[in-house]
Amino acid sequence: MSIRIVELHKAFGPKEVLRGFSLEVRVGATVAIVGPSGSGKSVLLKHLVGLMRPDMGSVLVDGESVPDLGRQDLARFRRRVGYVFQFAALFDSMTIAENVGMGLKRLPGWSADRIDHRVQECLSLVDLEGMGERYPSQLSGGQKKRAGLARAIAASPKYLLYDEPTTGLDPVTTSVIDELILRMRDELGVTGLVVTHDMTSAFRVADRITLLHEGKARFTGTPAEVRAARDDVLRGFVEGDPGLYYGLQGRGDHGP
Amino acid sequence: MLDFVVRPFASAGRGTVRILGSVGRAWILFAGTAGALRHPGIWGPQLVPQLARIGVASVPIALFIATFTGIVMSLQASYTLTGTIPLYFVGALVGKTMMLELGPVLTGLTLAGRVGANISAELGTMRVTEQVDALETLAYDPLAYLVVPRVIAGIVMFPIVVLLAMTVGIVSGWLTALQLLDMSSPEFVKGLRLLFEPWDVWFAVIKSVSFGAIVTGVGCFYGLQTERGAEGVGRSATQTVVIASMIILCLDAFWAATLL
Repeated sequence: MSIRIVELHKAFGPKEVLRGFSLEVRVGATVAIVGPSGSGKSVLLKHLVGLMRPDMGSVLVDGESVPDLGRQDLARFRRRVGYVFQFAALFDSMTIAENVGMGLKRLPGWSADRIDHRVQECLSLVDLEGMGERYPSQLSGGQKKRAGLARAIAASPKYLLYDEPTTGLDPVTTSVIDELILRMRDELGVTGLVVTHDMTSAFRVADRITLLHEGKARFTGTPAEVRAARDDVLRGFVEGDPGLYYGLQGRGDHGP
Repeated sequence: MLDFVVRPFASAGRGTVRILGSVGRAWILFAGTAGALRHPGIWGPQLVPQLARIGVASVPIALFIATFTGIVMSLQASYTLTGTIPLYFVGALVGKTMMLELGPVLTGLTLAGRVGANISAELGTMRVTEQVDALETLAYDPLAYLVVPRVIAGIVMFPIVVLLAMTVGIVSGWLTALQLLDMSSPEFVKGLRLLFEPWDVWFAVIKSVSFGAIVTGVGCFYGLQTERGAEGVGRSATQTVVIASMIILCLDAFWAATLL
């Protein structure tokens, strides 16, 4: 297993966001974690790169316990992980090329020429050739997401974490991003974790899908298993049926 | 009835917890920033741009305020020093007050608004748009990249701006005395030299170093703690100006009590 999350708990004041979430992700797979907005998907993702510390439970990546890493070990660990932020989180005072090259400057032995070459390579991979000198404010939403992806893959990470990669995008741009996620898996061989509430996108990019419900993994399976599942909460979410989804939630029915 | 009795204690308790929490977080930021000095490879390239933004860009507003402060000081001194007190004391008063108090404190308060609010708003926006998180995921220490260069720039540039402001304030007071008070240059300079102590300049430098550290440190502190979007950014900027100004005035009294 490359990523192993065991009984993860996280609360913000009285609000328990994660209540014993567990998940295992195999090397080279892409897993989508789905759930409604505010269900704790982004919180979960932030635990994987040490941006948040769990109240309880463990987060293991390649056998290393992420919450227990010291500052320097954490910095070294993060070079293996690319993080694509929900709103791209590009540095708005820098050009796109500077954004993409930002992580590479921290790598030992990388000359300016080598960084520049790699930046152009990454921009080309996400179809943003010739956009390197633009500023984030000059890009569309889809282009920003692609630039964020280029930055995340620049250091050739082993893992890619996508936080709502298609939120707010039109269907065509959503397909383009989905294709890029698949290319990252197929061409670069990265292990991916995609957090989304877009089921169309999840079915398209994921090898396995997990429904995060009430702080726990309610259902995990392949896209075919998700489609065939009888679980009413899962069906309610997949079909966008609030009656099914919230009706059972209200009665506390947590059947598989 | 019980609620009426308990409520003030509960409120005081929450306030105490909040203040202690802020002090604790400020201490963590201070310790973390001191530790981040070990990474000059991260903060070094950011230092020159910050020296320019925090120092050089602040010069015009600091000199504008100093010019008018010098003019007003000169006129008010001549108005106050009537009768038996010789007019050349105008020079003494302008020089002494510009160096000991008005130069450092007025500049410090002005820069609390210009520099402190700017830092807080910039870092606050970076925080709410996840740019600070992005820095971390790219293996940058945000304290080394964002806080250290700003605080060093504040410590280095505030004294320079203050010394310039003091000089311009005294010169503007001098020119005012020549043009509006029928004083001669030798008279003004005589007064200026009468009460001058080299220590006064060091006193101003020490004060402005501490003001520089406070304004930039408070700006970084509130900026990095920003939550809840644009409203949070505005609140952080306001808190920075208010708290930094209050600390500047407290420090002003502290230095006067300990160094004079």
